[in-house]
Amino acid sequence: MKNRIKILRAEHDLTQGELAKQLDVSRQTINAIEKGKFDPSLPLAFKLARLFEKTIEEIFEAEE
Amino acid sequence: MKYSSVNKRSSAGRTRLLAIWTALWVASLALLVFGNIFLWEGNTTITAVLLIINFLLGIGMIVANIKHLESLDELQRKIHLEAMGISLGIALVLGISYSTMDVTNLITFDAEISHLVIVIGISYFAGVVIGQYRYR
Repeated sequence: MKNRIKILRAEHDLTQGELAKQLDVSRQTINAIEKGKFDPSLPLAFKLARLFEKTIEEIFEAEE
Repeated sequence: MKYSSVNKRSSAGRTRLLAIWTALWVASLALLVFGNIFLWEGNTTITAVLLIINFLLGIGMIVANIKHLESLDELQRKIHLEAMGISLGIALVLGISYSTMDVTNLITFDAEISHLVIVIGISYFAGVVIGQYRYR
Protein backbone atom coordinates (compact mmCIF):
# COMPACT_ATOMS: atom_id res chain seq x y z
CA MET A 1 0.00 0.00 0.00
CA LYS A 2 1.39 3.41 -1.03
CA ASN A 3 1.36 6.24 1.47
CA ARG A 4 2.33 9.90 1.90
CA ILE A 5 3.75 9.61 5.41
CA LYS A 6 7.28 10.64 4.49
CA ILE A 7 5.97 13.83 2.82
CA LEU A 8 3.58 14.63 5.67
CA ARG A 9 6.32 13.98 8.19
CA ALA A 10 8.60 16.41 6.37
CA GLU A 11 5.80 19.00 6.22
CA HIS A 12 5.37 18.72 9.97
CA ASP A 13 9.15 18.74 10.49
CA LEU A 14 9.15 15.44 12.33
CA THR A 15 11.84 12.78 12.40
CA GLN A 16 10.87 9.10 12.23
CA GLY A 17 11.74 8.81 15.90
CA GLU A 18 9.55 11.76 16.88
CA LEU A 19 6.63 10.44 14.87
CA ALA A 20 7.11 6.99 16.38
CA LYS A 21 7.06 8.54 19.85
CA GLN A 22 3.79 10.36 19.15
CA LEU A 23 2.18 7.21 17.75
CA ASP A 24 3.41 4.92 20.50
CA VAL A 25 5.29 2.59 18.14
CA SER A 26 8.94 1.88 17.33
CA ARG A 27 10.96 3.88 14.79
CA GLN A 28 11.42 0.64 12.84
CA THR A 29 7.63 0.46 12.39
CA ILE A 30 7.45 3.99 10.95
CA ASN A 31 10.33 3.22 8.61
CA ALA A 32 8.71 -0.03 7.41
CA ILE A 33 5.37 1.74 6.81
CA GLU A 34 7.02 4.58 4.89
CA LYS A 35 8.85 2.11 2.67
CA GLY A 36 5.61 0.19 2.05
CA LYS A 37 7.03 -2.96 3.64
CA PHE A 38 4.40 -3.05 6.36
CA ASP A 39 0.75 -2.02 6.32
CA PRO A 40 -0.38 -0.50 9.62
CA SER A 41 -3.43 -1.68 11.52
CA LEU A 42 -6.63 0.37 11.27
CA PRO A 43 -6.16 1.93 14.76
CA LEU A 44 -2.62 3.04 13.82
CA ALA A 45 -3.85 4.40 10.47
CA PHE A 46 -6.51 6.44 12.36
CA LYS A 47 -3.84 7.73 14.76
CA LEU A 48 -1.76 8.87 11.77
CA ALA A 49 -4.78 10.51 10.16
CA ARG A 50 -5.65 12.36 13.39
CA LEU A 51 -2.06 13.48 13.90
CA PHE A 52 -1.69 14.89 10.37
CA GLU A 53 -5.34 16.13 10.32
CA LYS A 54 -6.07 14.16 7.14
CA THR A 55 -8.44 11.37 6.20
CA ILE A 56 -7.03 7.87 5.88
CA GLU A 57 -7.64 8.03 2.12
CA GLU A 58 -5.51 11.18 1.91
CA ILE A 59 -2.60 9.33 3.49
CA PHE A 60 -2.93 5.81 2.12
CA GLU A 61 -3.61 4.63 -1.40
CA ALA A 62 -4.52 1.02 -2.04
CA GLU A 63 -2.62 -0.60 -4.90
CA GLU A 64 -4.78 -2.46 -7.40
CA MET B 1 1.47 7.30 26.75
CA LYS B 2 4.40 7.32 24.36
CA TYR B 3 6.15 4.22 23.01
CA SER B 4 9.62 5.57 23.68
CA SER B 5 8.96 6.69 27.22
CA VAL B 6 6.60 4.10 28.61
CA ASN B 7 6.10 1.13 26.27
CA LYS B 8 9.76 0.83 25.35
CA ARG B 9 10.68 0.81 29.02
CA SER B 10 7.93 -1.64 29.81
CA SER B 11 8.97 -3.75 26.81
CA ALA B 12 12.55 -3.82 28.07
CA GLY B 13 11.28 -4.62 31.56
CA ARG B 14 9.14 -7.46 30.27
CA THR B 15 12.05 -8.81 28.22
CA ARG B 16 14.14 -8.81 31.40
CA LEU B 17 11.34 -10.57 33.28
CA LEU B 18 11.10 -13.19 30.54
CA ALA B 19 14.87 -13.74 30.76
CA ILE B 20 14.63 -14.17 34.55
CA TRP B 21 11.74 -16.66 34.34
CA THR B 22 13.53 -18.60 31.58
CA ALA B 23 16.79 -18.70 33.57
CA LEU B 24 14.91 -19.94 36.66
CA TRP B 25 13.14 -22.62 34.63
CA VAL B 26 16.40 -23.83 33.03
CA ALA B 27 18.22 -23.78 36.40
CA SER B 28 15.43 -25.77 38.09
CA LEU B 29 15.51 -28.30 35.24
CA ALA B 30 19.29 -28.67 35.54
CA LEU B 31 19.00 -29.08 39.31
CA LEU B 32 16.24 -31.65 38.86
CA VAL B 33 18.16 -33.75 36.33
CA PHE B 34 21.69 -33.52 37.75
CA GLY B 35 20.62 -33.37 41.40
CA ASN B 36 18.72 -36.62 40.93
CA ILE B 37 21.96 -38.26 39.79
CA PHE B 38 24.63 -36.55 41.90
CA LEU B 39 22.97 -35.01 44.99
CA TRP B 40 20.02 -36.97 46.35
CA GLU B 41 20.62 -40.12 44.26
CA GLY B 42 17.10 -41.02 43.21
CA ASN B 43 15.09 -39.85 46.27
CA THR B 44 11.66 -39.75 44.63
CA THR B 45 10.15 -37.22 47.10
CA ILE B 46 12.82 -34.58 46.38
CA THR B 47 12.60 -35.32 42.65
CA ALA B 48 8.79 -34.98 42.67
CA VAL B 49 8.90 -31.68 44.61
CA LEU B 50 11.50 -30.24 42.24
CA LEU B 51 9.49 -31.46 39.25
CA ILE B 52 6.44 -29.55 40.54
CA ILE B 53 8.60 -26.43 41.10
CA ASN B 54 10.03 -26.79 37.58
CA PHE B 55 6.50 -27.13 36.16
CA LEU B 56 5.28 -24.01 38.01
CA LEU B 57 8.33 -22.04 36.87
CA GLY B 58 7.54 -23.20 33.33
CA ILE B 59 4.02 -21.77 33.64
CA GLY B 60 5.55 -18.51 34.90
CA MET B 61 7.82 -18.46 31.87
CA ILE B 62 4.86 -18.95 29.51
CA VAL B 63 2.95 -16.07 31.16
CA ALA B 64 6.07 -13.87 30.99
CA ASN B 65 6.38 -14.70 27.28
CA ILE B 66 2.76 -13.72 26.62
CA LYS B 67 3.24 -10.43 28.49
CA HIS B 68 6.45 -9.81 26.56
CA LEU B 69 4.59 -10.24 23.26
CA GLU B 70 1.84 -7.88 24.49
CA SER B 71 4.45 -5.19 25.18
CA LEU B 72 5.69 -5.21 21.58
CA ASP B 73 4.29 -2.92 18.87
CA GLU B 74 2.39 -4.30 15.87
CA LEU B 75 5.40 -4.74 13.55
CA GLN B 76 7.47 -6.47 16.21
CA ARG B 77 4.52 -8.76 16.96
CA LYS B 78 4.27 -9.61 13.25
CA ILE B 79 7.99 -10.43 13.17
CA HIS B 80 7.61 -12.75 16.16
CA LEU B 81 4.44 -14.32 14.74
CA GLU B 82 6.22 -15.13 11.47
CA ALA B 83 9.22 -16.50 13.39
CA MET B 84 6.88 -18.70 15.44
CA GLY B 85 5.23 -19.95 12.24
CA ILE B 86 8.61 -20.87 10.76
CA SER B 87 9.73 -22.47 14.01
CA LEU B 88 6.52 -24.49 14.44
CA GLY B 89 6.63 -25.70 10.83
CA ILE B 90 10.27 -26.73 11.02
CA ALA B 91 9.74 -28.43 14.40
CA LEU B 92 6.76 -30.39 13.06
CA VAL B 93 8.34 -31.47 9.77
CA LEU B 94 11.83 -32.18 11.14
CA GLY B 95 10.44 -33.70 14.34
CA ILE B 96 8.31 -36.22 12.45
CA SER B 97 11.15 -37.02 10.02
CA TYR B 98 13.58 -37.44 12.93
CA SER B 99 11.18 -39.68 14.83
CA THR B 100 10.51 -41.75 11.70
CA MET B 101 14.26 -42.16 11.14
CA ASP B 102 14.50 -43.57 14.66
CA VAL B 103 11.50 -45.89 14.28
CA THR B 104 12.74 -47.23 10.92
CA ASN B 105 16.32 -47.53 12.23
CA LEU B 106 17.73 -45.16 9.64
CA ILE B 107 19.74 -43.66 12.50
CA THR B 108 21.67 -45.77 14.98
CA PHE B 109 20.95 -43.56 18.01
CA ASP B 110 17.69 -42.67 19.77
CA ALA B 111 15.81 -39.53 18.65
CA GLU B 112 16.00 -37.16 21.64
CA ILE B 113 13.45 -34.42 22.39
CA SER B 114 16.35 -32.14 23.39
CA HIS B 115 17.57 -32.14 19.78
CA LEU B 116 14.14 -30.89 18.68
CA VAL B 117 14.20 -28.17 21.36
CA ILE B 118 17.54 -26.95 19.97
CA VAL B 119 16.09 -26.88 16.44
CA ILE B 120 13.05 -24.90 17.69
CA GLY B 121 15.31 -22.38 19.45
CA ILE B 122 17.64 -21.90 16.49
CA SER B 123 14.82 -21.65 13.92
CA TYR B 124 12.90 -19.14 16.09
CA PHE B 125 16.00 -17.01 16.54
CA ALA B 126 16.75 -17.19 12.80
CA GLY B 127 13.12 -16.25 12.05
CA VAL B 128 13.35 -13.13 14.25
CA VAL B 129 16.68 -12.10 12.68
CA ILE B 130 15.27 -12.57 9.15
CA GLY B 131 12.15 -10.58 10.11
CA GLN B 132 14.22 -7.71 11.56
CA TYR B 133 16.25 -7.65 8.35
CA ARG B 134 13.15 -7.75 6.10
CA TYR B 135 11.39 -4.87 7.84
CA ARG B 136 14.42 -2.72 8.66
